[in-house]
Amino acid sequence: MSPLLEFDNVTLSFGGLVAVDRLSFTVENGEVFAIVGPNGAGKSTAFNLISRFYDPVEGKIRLAGDDLVQHPSHDLAGLGVARTFQNIELFDQATVLENLLIGRHRFRKSNLLTEIAFTPFVRDQERQHRHAVEEVIDFLDLQPYREKRIAGLPYGVRKVVELGRALATKPRLLLLDEPASGLSVEETRDMAYWIEDIKKQMGITVLMVEHDMHLVSSVSDRVLAMADGHKLALGTPDEVQSHPAVLEAYLGAGDTADREAAE
Amino acid sequence: MDILQLLVSGLANGCIYGLIALGFVLIYKATEAINFAQGDMMMLGAFITLGLTNTGYMDLPFWIAVPLAIALMGVFGYLLDLIVIRRMFGEAQIAVVILTIALGFVMRFAAGTIFGHEPQSLETPYAGQDLRFGGVVLGVDEAVVVIATVALTVVLFLFFNRTKLGVAMQASSQNQLAAYYMGIPVRRVQSLIWGLAGVTATIAGVLYASKGSIDPSAGLLGIKAFAAAVIGGMGSLPGALLGGIIVGVIEPFASRYVAAGYSQIAPYLLLFLVLVFRPHGILAQVHRKKV
Repeated sequence: MSPLLEFDNVTLSFGGLVAVDRLSFTVENGEVFAIVGPNGAGKSTAFNLISRFYDPVEGKIRLAGDDLVQHPSHDLAGLGVARTFQNIELFDQATVLENLLIGRHRFRKSNLLTEIAFTPFVRDQERQHRHAVEEVIDFLDLQPYREKRIAGLPYGVRKVVELGRALATKPRLLLLDEPASGLSVEETRDMAYWIEDIKKQMGITVLMVEHDMHLVSSVSDRVLAMADGHKLALGTPDEVQSHPAVLEAYLGAGDTADREAAE
Repeated sequence: MDILQLLVSGLANGCIYGLIALGFVLIYKATEAINFAQGDMMMLGAFITLGLTNTGYMDLPFWIAVPLAIALMGVFGYLLDLIVIRRMFGEAQIAVVILTIALGFVMRFAAGTIFGHEPQSLETPYAGQDLRFGGVVLGVDEAVVVIATVALTVVLFLFFNRTKLGVAMQASSQNQLAAYYMGIPVRRVQSLIWGLAGVTATIAGVLYASKGSIDPSAGLLGIKAFAAAVIGGMGSLPGALLGGIIVGVIEPFASRYVAAGYSQIAPYLLLFLVLVFRPHGILAQVHRKKV
Protein backbone atom coordinates (compact mmCIF):
# COMPACT_ATOMS: atom_id res chain seq x y z
CA MET A 1 0.00 0.00 0.00
CA SER A 2 1.34 3.40 -0.96
CA PRO A 3 1.87 6.04 1.72
CA LEU A 4 -0.79 8.76 2.04
CA LEU A 5 1.59 11.47 0.94
CA GLU A 6 4.90 11.07 -0.80
CA PHE A 7 7.52 13.67 -1.74
CA ASP A 8 9.82 12.08 -4.28
CA ASN A 9 12.96 14.09 -4.94
CA VAL A 10 11.04 17.40 -5.17
CA THR A 11 12.86 20.57 -6.19
CA LEU A 12 11.46 24.08 -6.47
CA SER A 13 13.46 27.17 -7.26
CA PHE A 14 12.53 30.81 -7.69
CA GLY A 15 15.00 32.21 -10.19
CA GLY A 16 18.39 31.29 -8.75
CA LEU A 17 17.09 30.63 -5.23
CA VAL A 18 16.47 26.98 -4.48
CA ALA A 19 13.58 26.93 -2.01
CA VAL A 20 13.17 23.18 -1.82
CA ASP A 21 16.12 21.01 -2.77
CA ARG A 22 15.61 17.34 -3.79
CA LEU A 23 13.30 16.73 -0.85
CA SER A 24 11.98 13.22 -0.24
CA PHE A 25 9.77 12.02 2.60
CA THR A 26 6.56 10.10 3.11
CA VAL A 27 3.64 10.66 5.44
CA GLU A 28 1.94 7.43 6.50
CA ASN A 29 -1.76 6.96 7.08
CA GLY A 30 -2.87 7.89 10.58
CA GLU A 31 0.24 9.67 11.84
CA VAL A 32 0.94 13.22 12.96
CA PHE A 33 3.90 14.43 10.96
CA ALA A 34 5.59 17.76 11.73
CA ILE A 35 7.97 19.81 9.63
CA VAL A 36 10.27 22.07 11.63
CA GLY A 37 13.15 24.34 10.77
CA PRO A 38 14.36 27.92 11.01
CA ASN A 39 12.74 30.70 8.96
CA GLY A 40 13.42 30.32 5.27
CA ALA A 41 14.07 26.59 5.61
CA GLY A 42 11.45 25.76 2.99
CA LYS A 43 8.76 24.40 5.32
CA SER A 44 6.02 26.66 4.06
CA THR A 45 7.15 26.15 0.50
CA ALA A 46 6.80 22.40 0.95
CA PHE A 47 3.32 23.07 2.29
CA ASN A 48 2.43 25.29 -0.60
CA LEU A 49 3.66 22.67 -3.04
CA ILE A 50 1.13 20.22 -1.58
CA SER A 51 -1.53 22.94 -1.70
CA ARG A 52 -0.81 23.31 -5.42
CA PHE A 53 0.35 26.88 -5.06
CA TYR A 54 3.52 26.09 -6.94
CA ASP A 55 4.51 23.43 -9.43
CA PRO A 56 7.68 21.56 -8.58
CA VAL A 57 10.52 22.04 -11.06
CA GLU A 58 11.48 18.42 -10.59
CA GLY A 59 10.23 15.39 -8.74
CA LYS A 60 6.82 14.00 -7.89
CA ILE A 61 4.27 14.62 -5.16
CA ARG A 62 1.81 11.77 -4.75
CA LEU A 63 -1.35 11.50 -2.69
CA ALA A 64 -2.13 7.83 -2.08
CA GLY A 65 -0.20 7.04 -5.25
CA ASP A 66 -2.05 9.67 -7.33
CA ASP A 67 0.10 12.36 -8.98
CA LEU A 68 -0.93 15.55 -7.19
CA VAL A 69 0.67 17.89 -9.73
CA GLN A 70 -2.08 16.96 -12.20
CA HIS A 71 -4.67 18.64 -10.00
CA PRO A 72 -5.44 22.36 -9.60
CA SER A 73 -5.82 23.63 -6.04
CA HIS A 74 -9.62 23.55 -6.11
CA ASP A 75 -9.46 19.75 -6.58
CA LEU A 76 -7.75 19.24 -3.23
CA ALA A 77 -10.89 19.39 -1.07
CA GLY A 78 -12.43 16.70 -3.27
CA LEU A 79 -9.30 14.57 -2.92
CA GLY A 80 -9.59 14.78 0.86
CA VAL A 81 -6.93 17.38 1.58
CA ALA A 82 -7.77 20.35 3.80
CA ARG A 83 -5.52 23.09 5.09
CA THR A 84 -5.30 26.01 7.46
CA PHE A 85 -3.19 29.11 6.96
CA GLN A 86 -0.56 30.75 9.08
CA ASN A 87 -2.37 34.09 8.80
CA ILE A 88 -5.92 32.68 8.98
CA GLU A 89 -7.96 32.87 5.81
CA LEU A 90 -11.62 32.92 6.78
CA PHE A 91 -14.72 34.44 5.18
CA ASP A 92 -14.69 37.49 7.42
CA GLN A 93 -18.16 38.81 6.61
CA ALA A 94 -19.81 35.47 7.35
CA THR A 95 -20.68 33.84 10.66
CA VAL A 96 -18.83 30.92 12.23
CA LEU A 97 -21.66 28.60 11.20
CA GLU A 98 -21.59 29.87 7.60
CA ASN A 99 -17.83 29.42 7.42
CA LEU A 100 -18.14 25.84 8.57
CA LEU A 101 -20.99 25.20 6.14
CA ILE A 102 -18.82 26.31 3.21
CA GLY A 103 -16.55 23.48 4.27
CA ARG A 104 -19.38 21.20 3.11
CA HIS A 105 -19.25 22.68 -0.39
CA ARG A 106 -17.72 19.57 -1.91
CA PHE A 107 -20.63 17.42 -0.71
CA ARG A 108 -23.38 19.64 -2.08
CA LYS A 109 -25.20 18.26 -5.10
CA SER A 110 -25.76 21.25 -7.34
CA ASN A 111 -29.02 21.95 -9.06
CA LEU A 112 -30.08 25.58 -9.19
CA LEU A 113 -33.82 24.96 -9.52
CA THR A 114 -34.23 22.37 -6.77
CA GLU A 115 -32.08 24.50 -4.52
CA ILE A 116 -34.15 27.64 -5.07
CA ALA A 117 -37.38 25.63 -4.64
CA PHE A 118 -35.85 23.98 -1.55
CA THR A 119 -37.23 20.53 -2.41
CA PRO A 120 -37.38 17.72 0.20
CA PHE A 121 -34.18 16.23 -1.24
CA VAL A 122 -32.31 19.52 -0.85
CA ARG A 123 -33.78 19.98 2.64
CA ASP A 124 -32.59 16.52 3.63
CA GLN A 125 -29.11 17.26 2.29
CA GLU A 126 -29.06 20.57 4.13
CA ARG A 127 -29.97 18.76 7.36
CA GLN A 128 -27.06 16.36 6.89
CA HIS A 129 -24.64 19.25 6.31
CA ARG A 130 -25.92 21.04 9.42
CA HIS A 131 -25.52 17.85 11.39
CA ALA A 132 -21.92 17.35 10.22
CA VAL A 133 -21.12 20.96 11.09
CA GLU A 134 -22.71 20.70 14.54
CA GLU A 135 -20.43 17.75 15.27
CA VAL A 136 -17.43 19.93 14.48
CA ILE A 137 -18.83 22.74 16.65
CA ASP A 138 -19.23 20.33 19.57
CA PHE A 139 -15.78 18.86 19.03
CA LEU A 140 -14.06 22.26 19.10
CA ASP A 141 -16.33 23.89 21.73
CA LEU A 142 -17.42 26.60 19.32
CA GLN A 143 -21.04 26.77 20.60
CA PRO A 144 -20.75 30.30 22.06
CA TYR A 145 -19.61 31.69 18.71
CA ARG A 146 -21.96 29.83 16.36
CA GLU A 147 -23.81 32.92 15.06
CA LYS A 148 -20.98 35.42 15.49
CA ARG A 149 -19.31 37.13 12.57
CA ILE A 150 -15.65 36.32 12.04
CA ALA A 151 -14.69 40.00 11.76
CA GLY A 152 -15.38 40.58 15.46
CA LEU A 153 -13.82 37.44 16.90
CA PRO A 154 -10.52 37.24 18.78
CA TYR A 155 -7.51 35.73 17.04
CA GLY A 156 -7.47 32.51 19.05
CA VAL A 157 -11.10 31.75 18.24
CA ARG A 158 -10.59 32.41 14.54
CA LYS A 159 -7.74 29.97 14.53
CA VAL A 160 -10.09 27.31 15.92
CA VAL A 161 -12.82 28.22 13.43
CA GLU A 162 -10.36 27.73 10.60
CA LEU A 163 -9.46 24.31 11.97
CA GLY A 164 -13.18 23.55 12.19
CA ARG A 165 -13.79 24.59 8.62
CA ALA A 166 -11.00 22.27 7.48
CA LEU A 167 -12.54 19.43 9.50
CA ALA A 168 -15.97 20.12 7.96
CA THR A 169 -14.54 19.10 4.59
CA LYS A 170 -13.98 15.61 6.07
CA PRO A 171 -10.34 15.35 4.96
CA ARG A 172 -8.05 12.35 4.88
CA LEU A 173 -5.03 14.60 5.17
CA LEU A 174 -5.11 17.77 7.25
CA LEU A 175 -2.41 20.38 6.67
CA LEU A 176 -1.88 22.76 9.59
CA ASP A 177 0.32 25.78 8.90
CA GLU A 178 1.65 26.91 12.28
CA PRO A 179 -1.42 25.92 14.31
CA ALA A 180 -0.02 27.41 17.53
CA SER A 181 1.35 30.71 16.23
CA GLY A 182 -0.23 33.63 18.05
CA LEU A 183 -1.99 31.40 20.58
CA SER A 184 -1.73 31.70 24.36
CA VAL A 185 -0.33 28.88 26.47
CA GLU A 186 -3.81 27.51 27.28
CA GLU A 187 -4.96 27.83 23.68
CA THR A 188 -1.86 25.97 22.52
CA ARG A 189 -2.62 23.21 25.03
CA ASP A 190 -6.17 22.91 23.66
CA MET A 191 -4.76 22.77 20.15
CA ALA A 192 -2.50 19.88 21.19
CA TYR A 193 -5.48 17.94 22.59
CA TRP A 194 -7.46 18.53 19.44
CA ILE A 195 -4.64 17.41 17.17
CA GLU A 196 -4.39 14.18 19.16
CA ASP A 197 -8.15 13.62 18.98
CA ILE A 198 -8.21 14.41 15.26
CA LYS A 199 -5.71 11.63 14.82
CA LYS A 200 -7.17 9.12 17.27
CA GLN A 201 -10.93 9.72 17.08
CA MET A 202 -11.32 10.87 13.52
CA GLY A 203 -8.48 8.89 12.00
CA ILE A 204 -7.25 11.90 10.05
CA THR A 205 -3.59 12.12 9.10
CA VAL A 206 -2.07 15.45 10.15
CA LEU A 207 0.85 17.21 8.51
CA MET A 208 1.90 20.39 10.25
CA VAL A 209 4.50 23.10 10.10
CA GLU A 210 5.21 24.43 13.57
CA HIS A 211 7.77 26.45 15.50
CA ASP A 212 6.62 25.55 19.00
CA MET A 213 8.89 22.58 19.73
CA HIS A 214 6.92 21.72 22.86
CA LEU A 215 3.75 21.24 20.80
CA VAL A 216 5.67 19.36 18.12
CA SER A 217 7.23 16.89 20.51
CA SER A 218 4.00 16.34 22.44
CA VAL A 219 1.80 15.45 19.47
CA SER A 220 4.00 14.31 16.58
CA ASP A 221 4.81 10.74 15.67
CA ARG A 222 7.56 11.81 13.33
CA VAL A 223 9.37 15.05 12.64
CA LEU A 224 11.17 16.32 9.56
CA ALA A 225 13.77 19.00 10.23
CA MET A 226 14.65 21.23 7.29
CA ALA A 227 17.21 23.92 6.60
CA ASP A 228 17.97 25.79 3.38
CA GLY A 229 15.44 23.74 1.44
CA HIS A 230 16.78 20.31 2.23
CA LYS A 231 16.27 17.56 4.76
CA LEU A 232 18.41 17.71 7.89
CA ALA A 233 16.89 14.88 9.86
CA LEU A 234 13.80 12.70 9.97
CA GLY A 235 12.65 10.59 12.89
CA THR A 236 10.85 10.69 16.23
CA PRO A 237 10.76 14.08 17.99
CA ASP A 238 13.53 12.98 20.36
CA GLU A 239 15.76 11.67 17.61
CA VAL A 240 15.40 14.86 15.60
CA GLN A 241 15.91 17.19 18.56
CA SER A 242 19.17 15.51 19.48
CA HIS A 243 20.44 15.18 15.90
CA PRO A 244 23.77 17.03 15.51
CA ALA A 245 22.81 18.65 12.20
CA VAL A 246 19.62 20.00 13.78
CA LEU A 247 21.44 21.38 16.80
CA GLU A 248 23.87 23.06 14.50
CA ALA A 249 21.16 24.62 12.34
CA TYR A 250 19.23 25.88 15.37
CA LEU A 251 22.04 26.97 17.63
CA GLY A 252 24.75 27.71 15.11
CA ALA A 253 28.06 25.87 14.75
CA GLY A 254 29.78 28.12 17.28
CA ASP A 255 27.28 27.28 20.03
CA THR A 256 27.65 23.57 19.43
CA ALA A 257 31.42 23.91 19.66
CA ASP A 258 31.05 25.86 22.92
CA ARG A 259 28.79 23.23 24.33
CA GLU A 260 31.11 20.44 23.35
CA ALA A 261 33.96 22.34 24.96
CA ALA A 262 31.92 22.73 28.14
CA GLU A 263 31.22 19.01 28.24
CA MET B 1 -50.21 64.21 -4.68
CA ASP B 2 -47.51 66.06 -6.53
CA ILE B 3 -44.87 64.63 -4.25
CA LEU B 4 -46.27 61.13 -4.60
CA GLN B 5 -46.19 61.40 -8.38
CA LEU B 6 -42.56 62.52 -8.35
CA LEU B 7 -41.73 59.70 -5.98
CA VAL B 8 -43.33 57.10 -8.23
CA SER B 9 -41.56 58.21 -11.37
CA GLY B 10 -38.26 58.53 -9.49
CA LEU B 11 -38.66 55.03 -8.11
CA ALA B 12 -38.90 53.50 -11.57
CA ASN B 13 -35.75 55.26 -12.76
CA GLY B 14 -34.04 54.42 -9.51
CA CYS B 15 -34.70 50.71 -9.98
CA ILE B 16 -32.89 50.84 -13.31
CA TYR B 17 -29.91 52.68 -11.79
CA GLY B 18 -29.99 50.15 -9.00
CA LEU B 19 -29.85 47.20 -11.39
CA ILE B 20 -26.87 48.66 -13.25
CA ALA B 21 -25.22 49.45 -9.92
CA LEU B 22 -25.79 45.82 -8.94
CA GLY B 23 -23.62 44.82 -11.90
CA PHE B 24 -20.85 47.18 -10.75
CA VAL B 25 -20.94 45.72 -7.25
CA LEU B 26 -21.07 42.07 -8.40
CA ILE B 27 -17.92 42.46 -10.44
CA TYR B 28 -16.19 44.70 -7.92
CA LYS B 29 -16.75 42.21 -5.11
CA ALA B 30 -15.60 39.27 -7.18
CA THR B 31 -12.56 40.76 -8.86
CA GLU B 32 -11.88 44.10 -7.14
CA ALA B 33 -12.04 45.71 -10.58
CA ILE B 34 -14.62 48.22 -11.69
CA ASN B 35 -16.35 47.41 -14.94
CA PHE B 36 -16.98 50.79 -16.55
CA ALA B 37 -18.60 48.99 -19.47
CA GLN B 38 -21.50 47.98 -17.23
CA GLY B 39 -23.71 50.77 -18.63
CA ASP B 40 -22.75 49.79 -22.16
CA MET B 41 -23.61 46.17 -21.42
CA MET B 42 -27.03 47.48 -20.37
CA MET B 43 -27.29 49.30 -23.71
CA LEU B 44 -26.11 46.23 -25.62
CA GLY B 45 -28.63 44.00 -23.85
CA ALA B 46 -31.41 46.45 -24.73
CA PHE B 47 -30.35 46.55 -28.38
CA ILE B 48 -30.12 42.77 -28.63
CA THR B 49 -33.67 42.52 -27.28
CA LEU B 50 -34.76 45.25 -29.69
CA GLY B 51 -33.10 43.46 -32.58
CA LEU B 52 -34.88 40.23 -31.67
CA THR B 53 -38.37 41.62 -31.15
CA ASN B 54 -38.93 44.89 -33.05
CA THR B 55 -40.79 44.85 -36.36
CA GLY B 56 -38.33 45.38 -39.17
CA TYR B 57 -35.74 43.33 -37.30
CA MET B 58 -36.38 39.71 -36.28
CA ASP B 59 -39.94 40.23 -35.10
CA LEU B 60 -39.91 37.54 -32.40
CA PRO B 61 -42.56 37.68 -29.65
CA PHE B 62 -41.46 39.93 -26.77
CA TRP B 63 -41.63 37.18 -24.13
CA ILE B 64 -39.31 34.99 -26.22
CA ALA B 65 -36.94 37.79 -27.16
CA VAL B 66 -36.29 38.87 -23.57
CA PRO B 67 -35.12 35.52 -22.14
CA LEU B 68 -33.13 34.92 -25.31
CA ALA B 69 -31.37 38.29 -24.99
CA ILE B 70 -30.73 37.65 -21.29
CA ALA B 71 -29.17 34.27 -22.10
CA LEU B 72 -27.07 35.76 -24.93
CA MET B 73 -25.74 38.54 -22.71
CA GLY B 74 -25.03 36.04 -19.93
CA VAL B 75 -22.86 34.06 -22.32
CA PHE B 76 -21.32 37.34 -23.58
CA GLY B 77 -20.36 38.36 -20.04
CA TYR B 78 -18.92 34.92 -19.31
CA LEU B 79 -16.83 34.91 -22.50
CA LEU B 80 -15.72 38.51 -21.97
CA ASP B 81 -14.11 37.45 -18.72
CA LEU B 82 -12.79 34.16 -20.07
CA ILE B 83 -11.23 35.62 -23.21
CA VAL B 84 -10.35 39.22 -22.34
CA ILE B 85 -10.48 40.18 -18.67
CA ARG B 86 -8.77 37.09 -17.28
CA ARG B 87 -5.65 37.86 -19.31
CA MET B 88 -5.24 40.98 -17.20
CA PHE B 89 -4.81 38.86 -14.08
CA GLY B 90 -2.01 40.29 -11.97
CA GLU B 91 -1.98 43.64 -13.79
CA ALA B 92 -2.64 46.90 -11.99
CA GLN B 93 -6.29 47.61 -11.28
CA ILE B 94 -6.16 50.79 -13.33
CA ALA B 95 -5.23 48.74 -16.40
CA VAL B 96 -8.40 46.68 -15.98
CA VAL B 97 -10.44 49.85 -15.50
CA ILE B 98 -9.06 51.37 -18.70
CA LEU B 99 -9.68 48.10 -20.53
CA THR B 100 -13.34 48.16 -19.51
CA ILE B 101 -13.65 51.80 -20.61
CA ALA B 102 -12.25 50.76 -23.99
CA LEU B 103 -14.63 47.80 -24.15
CA GLY B 104 -17.46 50.27 -23.56
CA PHE B 105 -16.34 52.28 -26.62
CA VAL B 106 -16.25 49.10 -28.68
CA MET B 107 -19.77 48.14 -27.61
CA ARG B 108 -21.10 51.65 -28.37
CA PHE B 109 -19.44 51.58 -31.78
CA ALA B 110 -20.72 48.10 -32.59
CA ALA B 111 -24.27 48.96 -31.56
CA GLY B 112 -24.13 52.21 -33.55
CA THR B 113 -22.93 50.42 -36.67
CA ILE B 114 -25.60 47.75 -36.49
CA PHE B 115 -28.58 49.70 -35.21
CA GLY B 116 -27.74 53.30 -36.13
CA HIS B 117 -27.33 56.22 -33.77
CA GLU B 118 -30.96 57.40 -33.76
CA PRO B 119 -32.95 56.75 -30.58
CA GLN B 120 -35.30 53.79 -30.99
CA SER B 121 -37.92 52.44 -28.67
CA LEU B 122 -38.37 48.84 -27.72
CA GLU B 123 -41.75 47.47 -28.75
CA THR B 124 -43.40 45.97 -25.71
CA PRO B 125 -46.88 44.45 -25.25
CA TYR B 126 -47.56 46.95 -22.46
CA ALA B 127 -46.42 50.21 -24.09
CA GLY B 128 -48.49 53.32 -23.48
CA GLN B 129 -50.87 51.87 -20.89
CA ASP B 130 -51.48 53.63 -17.60
CA LEU B 131 -52.61 52.63 -14.15
CA ARG B 132 -54.45 55.22 -12.05
CA PHE B 133 -54.57 55.24 -8.28
CA GLY B 134 -56.60 58.24 -7.23
CA GLY B 135 -54.72 61.15 -8.73
CA VAL B 136 -51.42 59.30 -9.19
CA VAL B 137 -50.72 58.06 -12.68
CA LEU B 138 -48.39 55.12 -13.02
CA GLY B 139 -47.38 53.89 -16.45
CA VAL B 140 -47.58 50.13 -16.83
CA ASP B 141 -43.99 50.34 -18.07
CA GLU B 142 -43.00 51.95 -14.76
CA ALA B 143 -44.92 49.37 -12.77
CA VAL B 144 -43.14 46.62 -14.71
CA VAL B 145 -39.79 48.19 -13.81
CA VAL B 146 -40.58 48.14 -10.10
CA ILE B 147 -42.09 44.66 -10.13
CA ALA B 148 -39.24 43.20 -12.18
CA THR B 149 -36.66 44.78 -9.86
CA VAL B 150 -38.36 43.41 -6.77
CA ALA B 151 -38.67 39.96 -8.39
CA LEU B 152 -35.03 39.97 -9.47
CA THR B 153 -33.95 41.03 -5.99
CA VAL B 154 -35.84 38.09 -4.46
CA VAL B 155 -34.40 35.64 -6.98
CA LEU B 156 -30.86 36.95 -6.41
CA PHE B 157 -31.34 36.76 -2.66
CA LEU B 158 -32.40 33.11 -2.89
CA PHE B 159 -29.63 32.41 -5.39
CA PHE B 160 -26.89 33.85 -3.17
CA ASN B 161 -28.12 32.27 0.04
CA ARG B 162 -29.45 28.90 -0.99
CA THR B 163 -27.65 27.64 -4.05
CA LYS B 164 -24.26 26.00 -4.18
CA LEU B 165 -23.15 28.35 -6.94
CA GLY B 166 -24.45 31.46 -5.18
CA VAL B 167 -22.67 30.58 -1.95
CA ALA B 168 -19.53 29.78 -3.94
CA MET B 169 -19.74 33.26 -5.53
CA GLN B 170 -20.03 34.90 -2.11
CA ALA B 171 -17.14 32.83 -0.80
CA SER B 172 -14.93 33.65 -3.79
CA SER B 173 -15.55 37.36 -3.38
CA GLN B 174 -14.80 37.31 0.34
CA ASN B 175 -11.62 35.26 0.27
CA GLN B 176 -10.30 33.73 -2.95
CA LEU B 177 -7.52 31.79 -1.30
CA ALA B 178 -9.81 30.09 1.19
CA ALA B 179 -12.42 29.48 -1.52
CA TYR B 180 -9.92 27.46 -3.57
CA TYR B 181 -9.32 25.10 -0.66
CA MET B 182 -13.04 24.61 -0.10
CA GLY B 183 -13.06 23.09 -3.58
CA ILE B 184 -14.44 26.15 -5.39
CA PRO B 185 -13.03 26.72 -8.90
CA VAL B 186 -12.60 30.45 -8.27
CA ARG B 187 -11.74 31.51 -11.82
CA ARG B 188 -14.74 29.80 -13.35
CA VAL B 189 -16.92 31.29 -10.65
CA GLN B 190 -15.55 34.73 -11.54
CA SER B 191 -16.43 34.22 -15.20
CA LEU B 192 -19.91 33.19 -14.09
CA ILE B 193 -20.17 36.42 -12.09
CA TRP B 194 -19.39 38.36 -15.28
CA GLY B 195 -22.14 36.31 -16.89
CA LEU B 196 -24.51 37.26 -14.09
CA ALA B 197 -23.51 40.91 -14.52
CA GLY B 198 -24.46 40.56 -18.21
CA VAL B 199 -27.83 39.14 -17.17
CA THR B 200 -28.66 41.94 -14.73
CA ALA B 201 -27.44 44.53 -17.26
CA THR B 202 -29.79 43.13 -19.89
CA ILE B 203 -32.76 43.17 -17.54
CA ALA B 204 -31.93 46.79 -16.71
CA GLY B 205 -31.58 47.54 -20.42
CA VAL B 206 -34.94 46.03 -21.35
CA LEU B 207 -36.66 47.96 -18.57
CA TYR B 208 -34.89 51.17 -19.58
CA ALA B 209 -35.66 50.84 -23.27
CA SER B 210 -39.29 49.90 -22.63
CA LYS B 211 -40.06 53.11 -20.76
CA GLY B 212 -38.35 55.49 -23.13
CA SER B 213 -35.97 55.07 -25.99
CA ILE B 214 -32.48 53.71 -26.40
CA ASP B 215 -29.52 54.85 -28.44
CA PRO B 216 -25.92 53.60 -28.47
CA SER B 217 -24.72 56.25 -26.04
CA ALA B 218 -27.36 55.31 -23.44
CA GLY B 219 -24.66 53.37 -21.62
CA LEU B 220 -23.27 56.65 -20.32
CA LEU B 221 -26.09 56.36 -17.81
CA GLY B 222 -23.68 53.93 -16.19
CA ILE B 223 -21.84 56.91 -14.66
CA LYS B 224 -24.95 57.78 -12.65
CA ALA B 225 -25.36 54.13 -11.70
CA PHE B 226 -21.72 54.07 -10.61
CA ALA B 227 -22.44 57.05 -8.35
CA ALA B 228 -25.39 55.07 -7.00
CA ALA B 229 -23.18 52.07 -6.29
CA VAL B 230 -20.69 54.24 -4.39
CA ILE B 231 -23.47 55.99 -2.46
CA GLY B 232 -24.92 52.64 -1.44
CA GLY B 233 -21.56 51.13 -0.51
CA MET B 234 -19.45 49.56 -3.22
CA GLY B 235 -19.30 46.18 -1.53
CA SER B 236 -22.98 45.76 -0.78
CA LEU B 237 -25.65 44.37 -3.12
CA PRO B 238 -28.61 45.79 -1.15
CA GLY B 239 -26.61 49.03 -0.98
CA ALA B 240 -26.43 49.18 -4.78
CA LEU B 241 -30.20 48.93 -5.12
CA LEU B 242 -30.73 51.44 -2.32
CA GLY B 243 -28.19 53.84 -3.88
CA GLY B 244 -29.93 53.50 -7.24
CA ILE B 245 -33.33 54.26 -5.77
CA ILE B 246 -31.98 57.26 -3.85
CA VAL B 247 -30.39 58.71 -6.99
CA GLY B 248 -33.53 57.98 -9.00
CA VAL B 249 -35.81 59.67 -6.49
CA ILE B 250 -33.58 62.71 -6.00
CA GLU B 251 -33.56 63.53 -9.71
CA PRO B 252 -37.26 64.40 -10.28
CA PHE B 253 -37.38 66.33 -7.00
CA ALA B 254 -34.30 68.30 -7.92
CA SER B 255 -35.60 69.19 -11.36
CA ARG B 256 -38.95 70.20 -9.85
CA TYR B 257 -37.72 72.33 -6.95
CA VAL B 258 -34.19 73.42 -7.87
CA ALA B 259 -33.19 75.88 -10.56
CA ALA B 260 -32.80 74.21 -13.95
CA GLY B 261 -29.03 74.48 -14.20
CA TYR B 262 -28.44 72.95 -10.79
CA SER B 263 -30.82 70.01 -10.80
CA GLN B 264 -28.49 67.91 -12.93
CA ILE B 265 -25.79 67.94 -10.31
CA ALA B 266 -28.02 66.69 -7.47
CA PRO B 267 -26.95 63.00 -7.61
CA TYR B 268 -23.28 63.97 -7.72
CA LEU B 269 -23.70 66.44 -4.89
CA LEU B 270 -25.10 63.57 -2.84
CA LEU B 271 -22.20 61.38 -3.92
CA PHE B 272 -19.86 64.11 -2.74
CA LEU B 273 -21.57 64.38 0.63
CA VAL B 274 -21.59 60.61 1.12
CA LEU B 275 -17.89 60.39 0.28
CA VAL B 276 -17.12 63.11 2.81
CA PHE B 277 -19.26 61.87 5.67
CA ARG B 278 -19.57 58.14 5.05
CA PRO B 279 -16.73 57.29 2.69
CA HIS B 280 -17.57 53.60 2.44
CA GLY B 281 -21.19 54.20 1.46
CA ILE B 282 -24.48 53.94 3.27
CA LEU B 283 -24.57 50.17 3.68
CA ALA B 284 -20.83 49.73 3.94
CA GLN B 285 -19.39 46.41 4.98
CA VAL B 286 -16.12 47.79 6.07
CA HIS B 287 -13.91 46.49 8.77
CA ARG B 288 -10.41 47.64 9.48
CA LYS B 289 -7.76 45.06 8.81
CA LYS B 290 -6.06 44.22 12.05
CA VAL B 291 -2.33 44.54 11.91
